[in-house]
Amino acid sequence: MSAHIANSDSEDGQTRRDFLLLTAGAFGAVGAGCFAWPFIDSLNPAADTLAMSTVEVDLTPIQEGQAITVKWRGKPVFVRHRTAAEIEQARAVKVEELRDRESDADRVKKDQWLIMVGVCTHLGCVPLGQKETDPKGDFGGWFCPCHGSHYDTSGRIRKGPAPKNLSVPEYSFISDTLVKVG
Amino acid sequence: MSSGQRAEFKNPVVSWIDERLPVFSMMQKEYGVFPTPRNFNYFWNFGAIAMVMLITMIVSGIVLAMHYTPHADHAFSSVERIMRDVNWGWMIRYIHMNGASFFFIAVYIHIFRGIYYGSYKKPRELLWILGVIIYLLMMATAFMGYTLPWSQMGGWAATVISGFFTAIPVVGDMIQTLLLGGFSVDNPTLNRFFSLHYLLPFLIFAVVFLHVWALHVSGSNNPLGIDVKGPQDTLPFHPYYTMKDTFGLGVFLLLYVIVTFFFPNIFAHPDHFVEYNPMVTPPHIVPEWYFLPFYAVLRGLTFGVNPYIGLSLFALIVVMAPVYCGADKKTGLCSIICVVGRKYAVLLLAIAAVAFALGYLSQVEKATGGALISLPLSNLVFVNAKLAGVLAMFGSVILLVFLPWLDTHPVRSARFRPLFKTATLLLAIDFVILGYVGMETADAALFGVIPLLWIGQLGTGYYFAYFLMLLPWLSRNEKAQPLPASINEAVLKA
Repeated sequence: MSAHIANSDSEDGQTRRDFLLLTAGAFGAVGAGCFAWPFIDSLNPAADTLAMSTVEVDLTPIQEGQAITVKWRGKPVFVRHRTAAEIEQARAVKVEELRDRESDADRVKKDQWLIMVGVCTHLGCVPLGQKETDPKGDFGGWFCPCHGSHYDTSGRIRKGPAPKNLSVPEYSFISDTLVKVG
Repeated sequence: MSSGQRAEFKNPVVSWIDERLPVFSMMQKEYGVFPTPRNFNYFWNFGAIAMVMLITMIVSGIVLAMHYTPHADHAFSSVERIMRDVNWGWMIRYIHMNGASFFFIAVYIHIFRGIYYGSYKKPRELLWILGVIIYLLMMATAFMGYTLPWSQMGGWAATVISGFFTAIPVVGDMIQTLLLGGFSVDNPTLNRFFSLHYLLPFLIFAVVFLHVWALHVSGSNNPLGIDVKGPQDTLPFHPYYTMKDTFGLGVFLLLYVIVTFFFPNIFAHPDHFVEYNPMVTPPHIVPEWYFLPFYAVLRGLTFGVNPYIGLSLFALIVVMAPVYCGADKKTGLCSIICVVGRKYAVLLLAIAAVAFALGYLSQVEKATGGALISLPLSNLVFVNAKLAGVLAMFGSVILLVFLPWLDTHPVRSARFRPLFKTATLLLAIDFVILGYVGMETADAALFGVIPLLWIGQLGTGYYFAYFLMLLPWLSRNEKAQPLPASINEAVLKA
């Protein structure tokens, strides 16, 4: 039977069979992919994890020179009330000398309030420098104890293995003393 | 698993089963009369020892899982409950905890044995690769197990290690979020780590089965590294090597038991006894000791690939081209590169050294900010330090897969290759030194003067040079000492 078909139009029959084989294979692959996707995507953050994605911070108790850490999306967010000297120190740096070039003005909405995610951009440790007694690194900002990254008073990477500045989350001032992060 | 020839069994039950499912014949063939080189030394014990450790880990792990709660709120206290309240819980946990370390000790000795005696060479390449896969699976399993007690050390190890993936350009953060099931290490992470930590040992078991199967096809290597020529070179596995393995296993287990009962926390750190707090990183986090050398490689790459480092690597590739390509047969561009590489080898090595020094120094930051020396284009970093560190770390493990094709010297055993022997012993020392560097803090110094970072960087350099430059070069240029005619002859002479 198959020999008969192959004899009658050998070349066309071969091509048609190849086409059917490849199409069936392609559909099988797409089907397997579609089947796999829900399992892979189920590993992404669930709805309840995503729901906890904003936090409001009251700034009134934070004195000049002090800093607090708030939890946002399971990560620490640093809120620092900077002194005039710290702001000046951050502004004095030449932007073109930085590894991740960002001016201090681009990183804050109000000069005295520096708000950023307190997660080292190297491998995700929480840098030290929030408390008075913490080591603050060579640039007076933060120091990551894991692999020795130094951040300045604007949270910019200055020394060590981290590639980027501490990231600034989306936030907005609801009033002069209330900030919404996220 | 060829079971063509069946053995004769006197016991009628055994015989009845064997006729229908020849498991007894198989055991007889593979572990009873199996012809094994007669000149094994005690290095050949560690495969069997590793197997026993795997079974110990699976058995103790299954029981621990019956008492453990994989939830962020309860994990830490459920482990404390195992330690204090569960009958024999303390012992089972200490067996599991220290068992991981002793499993790795056995496997590292086993791997070193493989390298030193050239066990990865033809016809055992696939056997070797299966072994590397087992090692990779062990690393994944051990890392996830480290996280389960939900201590400061474990939680932050998970943060740092999942952070490796953020080094991947563009999709890195998405991959990390997918792995963690959130934006930080939290309950979803713990749940999936527990699931995988339970699954992977059984995968390891399956790959061990393939590893042993492949071993029984090619037969064992031996300290002389020469092939078995006939029955006079071998002994039946039982009772000769069942006895030798049992003795070695006994000594090994004795050490394991001494640590488990008398120094159970010798491999632990204070931060293992503090519950995980995602807001505070402990001042000094380290992975388990068996990852420390690779951790030192990761931290050693404080510089990325800028044009100078790139030029240095390019010069090294040209120098190595004649070694890799086999210049004589090739035509076209490859042969030109080979000719250049051969003719100007010294000059190219000098260029590589100078370019590397420039590239390195132009990325060292001064305390006051800015680079130590500033050069044109030195800020043009193609691969940043973070990605370079992660690539080097993964690369240092993956390199092992390619070992059979990096070292193609026809003589297997280091006994007959003095240069290879020296280089390999240095590699072992280098590995230990890297481990020491990985254990210390990022800014530590030897005798308070020499930064450990430099030692880590030199060690990393030697590690890669050994595999990528020394081995290929020695393969082509080292003259081996004369080999004995047969295992039997060598044994009788000794």
